[in-house]
Amino acid sequence: MALLEVRDLRTSFKTDDGIVQAVDGVSFTVDRNQTLGIVGESGCGKSVTSLTIMGLNNPRNATSSGQAMFDGEDLLAASQDRLRELRGQKIAMIFQDPMTSLNPVKSLGWQLSEAVLLHNDVSKKEARDRAVTALGEVGIPKPGKRVDDYPHQFSGGMRQRVMIAMALINEPDLLIADEPTTALDVTTQAQILELMRRLQAKHGTAIIMITHDLGVIAEVADDVVVMYAGRAIEEAPVDQIYAAPRHPYTWGLLGSLPRMDVDTDRLVQVPGQPPSLLNPPAGCRFNPRCTYTMDRCRVEMPELAASPASAGHRDACFLDEATKSREPGRLLAGSGMGAG
Amino acid sequence: MSDDLLVVEHLQKYFPITEGIIFQKQVAAVQAVDDVSFTIGRGETLGVVGESGCGKSTMARCIARLLDPTGGKIIFDGVDITNLSRAEMRPVRREMMMVFQDPYASLNARKRVGFIVGEPLEVHGIGTDTERKRRVQELLEIVGLNPEHYNRFPHEFSGGQRQRIGVARALAANPKLIICDEPVSALDVSVQAQILNLLKDLQREFGLTYLFIAHDLNVVRHISDRVLVMYLGKVAEVGKGRALYDEPKHPYTGALLSAVPIPNPQLGRSRKAIVLEGDVPSPMNPPAGCRFHPRCPRHREGTCDVEEPALRSFGDGHEAACHFPLERWPMTVEDVRRPSDAVVAS
Repeated sequence: MALLEVRDLRTSFKTDDGIVQAVDGVSFTVDRNQTLGIVGESGCGKSVTSLTIMGLNNPRNATSSGQAMFDGEDLLAASQDRLRELRGQKIAMIFQDPMTSLNPVKSLGWQLSEAVLLHNDVSKKEARDRAVTALGEVGIPKPGKRVDDYPHQFSGGMRQRVMIAMALINEPDLLIADEPTTALDVTTQAQILELMRRLQAKHGTAIIMITHDLGVIAEVADDVVVMYAGRAIEEAPVDQIYAAPRHPYTWGLLGSLPRMDVDTDRLVQVPGQPPSLLNPPAGCRFNPRCTYTMDRCRVEMPELAASPASAGHRDACFLDEATKSREPGRLLAGSGMGAG
Repeated sequence: MSDDLLVVEHLQKYFPITEGIIFQKQVAAVQAVDDVSFTIGRGETLGVVGESGCGKSTMARCIARLLDPTGGKIIFDGVDITNLSRAEMRPVRREMMMVFQDPYASLNARKRVGFIVGEPLEVHGIGTDTERKRRVQELLEIVGLNPEHYNRFPHEFSGGQRQRIGVARALAANPKLIICDEPVSALDVSVQAQILNLLKDLQREFGLTYLFIAHDLNVVRHISDRVLVMYLGKVAEVGKGRALYDEPKHPYTGALLSAVPIPNPQLGRSRKAIVLEGDVPSPMNPPAGCRFHPRCPRHREGTCDVEEPALRSFGDGHEAACHFPLERWPMTVEDVRRPSDAVVAS
């Protein structure tokens, strides 16, 4: 059985302008020792998906339905008390901005020990020792000394290391990383990704990596879910997504990436911008921006369906097989993608 | 008139750090840009890459004279503009426009789009009111916006559309040079592609010259003819896009290139990133010798930490500032660590 199995997850928010259906029927599974990448542009619902799983949406305006089975237990049905027990212990999360997610007036040692003390019956001394070990594990030099420092004394990359140390201090089974490297420079990003890989290999943690960066996904993920306007539109093992993408939106995403390994004069362009989720288009949500729109797309919502071509590959598009296998090769010619 | 639209010689910008309230005594300086020289030819795009804090934005601001350089020379279109007064700068500004990173902060939220795009025309006294209005509508159309949106406010537009407004404003007075400071880093990939395509089209149509600053190496490679890599206020390497990306000479360029995630899982698995240790040091107190040496896997004691490397030519305008340039590319970390004897001897 998979560690986390999300089924038909839906989350909506009440706003002054109406109801925003931020996540609309998303399903996926993550196993131990595995990384699931969720990729999409701003506002596609990738962060809301993770917050819903963690039970972190504001209950006053958010409503969720569906199931998130974590180790046999439905997180969406769990009580607040139970979620508190799980968060930080079994499931941990890293956020994008390490400055705003650390408490500026508490020392790192205090913040790290807090996570230990909340979930374990240990002495303060022992908690502090574990904090020092955790800092050492994420590559902070002189952890015994730096444990008493405050967040402002660390650089951005170091702070993100501290966030990772904090998330992993109780050896959780599942780690949700929401754009963990977006605020960092490339060389620092490489350090952090390397660190996450190393820690995963050591502890067998399952990771959900949420990002808009298709490069990062290619480096770390085993499986990929592409989201658009609150829905999963394609999912596949990582090699498949890049070699033989099947949804026109995925083609657009891959084609619009400038690449240093490929000379292209013009990038493939997806016209327009993502729709408002207050009033999403009828039928396939991508139809107003899609170059292949048929009459059916404007009326009927396509569901994820298994590809006859390859196992584990599913996409939500009405296009015929011939087009799905031909177009990526044409659009992404020369890029080393769409070759399958 | 020479072929180069912009010549920058030994540009320097130090920000003083002072102590005391009344008698401010300078105690140190942030050496944001230190001895940077380069040229941009007419119709060319020079891309500038580097990590945060390497001085690339400060350099752009000095060139646009939004900051006064501490030293060096800026020659724009044959005229030395380094020490021009505000009034003397005014006609120059018409020829040199800027597009900024944050499309939310760079447009006045209280002004209508027509005013924002037309302001450069008004400032420089170009055309009558009706001519200006017609020009603004034409500009909106050029950048792919609806000319009827003339009377809308910035908040009615999405991020990508706002960036188009920023581009239209930069184009308004028919400039020769457009300085783009991270123009696409706040945008989603599909929108980023639209803006990059637009910038390329405009360059072709109006013969524009770009100084394009970004931290994303993929974006810079795509848009630039030549690329300049900065590290801690200095030029590490400069060269034609292809040569620099295919055969980097400076270990820092190599590390940057190997750190960029490639959207191709098979290729990604087969290569190994040269992971640099530590963080970029403070420009207040940069390391002696080569500024990169404390993080460089290749550095040699007695040379790199003592002597500052000068830019060395590798032919065809490719230059790098390194005592032990890379012999080939790609290289593994182990190879990078051991410079070959030939390189050490030279």
